Amino acid sequence: MELAMSNAQAGTDARRGISTAETRRSAAAGNPVGGRLIVVEGIDGSGKSTQLHLLDKWLRHLGLMVFSTEWNSSEVVKEITSKGKKKALLTPTTFSLLHATDFADRYERNVFPLLRAGYFVLADRYVYTAYARDTVRGCNPHWVRKIYSYAIKPDITFYFHVPVEIAVQRILTGRPKLKYYEAGMDLNLSNDEYESYRIFQGRIIDEYKGMASKEGFNVMDGTLDIEIQQKVMRRHVLGLLPLGVAAVASMELGLP
Amino acid sequence: MTVQAQGASGVAPGRPRLEERHLEYYGDGIPYLKETKVKGRLIVIEGPDGSGRSTQVDLITAKLESDGHAVATTGLKRSELIGSGILTAKQKLPLGQKTLTLFYAADFADRLEHHIIPSLEAGYIVLADRYIYTLMARSTVRGISRRWSHDLFGFTIKPDLIFYLDVDPNELFHRVFQKYSGLDYYEAGADMGLSDDLFDSFIIYQRKMAKEFKRMEKKYGLVPIDADRSIIEVNEDLQNRIDRYLNGKKT
Repeated sequence: MELAMSNAQAGTDARRGISTAETRRSAAAGNPVGGRLIVVEGIDGSGKSTQLHLLDKWLRHLGLMVFSTEWNSSEVVKEITSKGKKKALLTPTTFSLLHATDFADRYERNVFPLLRAGYFVLADRYVYTAYARDTVRGCNPHWVRKIYSYAIKPDITFYFHVPVEIAVQRILTGRPKLKYYEAGMDLNLSNDEYESYRIFQGRIIDEYKGMASKEGFNVMDGTLDIEIQQKVMRRHVLGLLPLGVAAVASMELGLP
Repeated sequence: MTVQAQGASGVAPGRPRLEERHLEYYGDGIPYLKETKVKGRLIVIEGPDGSGRSTQVDLITAKLESDGHAVATTGLKRSELIGSGILTAKQKLPLGQKTLTLFYAADFADRLEHHIIPSLEAGYIVLADRYIYTLMARSTVRGISRRWSHDLFGFTIKPDLIFYLDVDPNELFHRVFQKYSGLDYYEAGADMGLSDDLFDSFIIYQRKMAKEFKRMEKKYGLVPIDADRSIIEVNEDLQNRIDRYLNGKKT
């Protein structure tokens, strides 16, 4: 995986991407992009966003070109759906398709072009979130996977595993007002939104567990200290870095 | 939807009865609706703008209602979910083709689950002024894979009858120009960079669309109807086919 950057690129550009040599190699391996895609998955309160944020800072510090993207964050899609969403009752199918639309917009607009351009793209939730949530909501799991079939497979997916009670406690400590769909209230699990949320999150964990080995998740223990988790993550990401950068980075991590 | 409240309880006495059956899907379907049974029938009229679709839908509705059927009509771009939003997006914002296709699919799903299926459950004959075929053809000519579109629309139900109003692009150009005194940007394929000459662009685009519909005839059971003919001739043709279908299924 590690190839030297071209001297010209390393010498003239402090913001370094993946070399052209590596781009070709990736293409030969069936991966049409030069960049790297790193994904974090896990239920709310698993600590994944914190970890991705720290990884983002580290990669930027190393001088790499980084782009971070979050689930359900497309401004364009939000603008179009916000009016309708309030009025309309979402079904599992329309819920799924709106999230797929959001994903597609971010993918077509940012993720794919930036991967082509050699960026490190960091995704806070990716297709696996849809696989898990839409399946729990009652969509056909094969259908959901086909909709996302165009999405490139990540170089690494970190799955942050946390027992449901701990994650739910982290989220519910401040007794926040949960959104209707966020709490899974559309599933009729319980009339109590917090209880509904607990059951819903538990089912999503089951879905994640079911796909972990098949999808090659890198399972992280989300109950460990933040610093320890980050160190583990960075070690895994080392293998994706251009050689010169990796040498500096492993020294910083205190590795031989 | 022009659903009349009085018919919503089911089949009224004296109205021809249609057999109840489960929904049939193109693909993976909607698992949480697997117990749903419908008594109504779904009839789709496809065709480009200017092919006389909405005129035919009106005429068929009038005839079916006079025969004692409850009729509901539905079209594209009418859902409450994002109906108006799509138009805005098309006009102002540069959405990618996958995004646009998914948006239309979401919009269609909303209409399917909130209007079409409930109407069919209540025993209505649903006349759809276009269905997923237009959405798939538009996407395909803009570079989306046919396989992906087919899979995406795997949640949709198979109509009982699908007609495609086939009009020669040159004839269509005149009809559209007479009706709207201009061309629609997207119906002329102006977003695709086919030609700087809008007439050429329109003809090329409509031929591409017609080719896609031709391909879909076999796969989805579209019945091509020669719509170069007069409104009355086309209507007789359609009405005969619909009547034959409905009479064959009466109990």
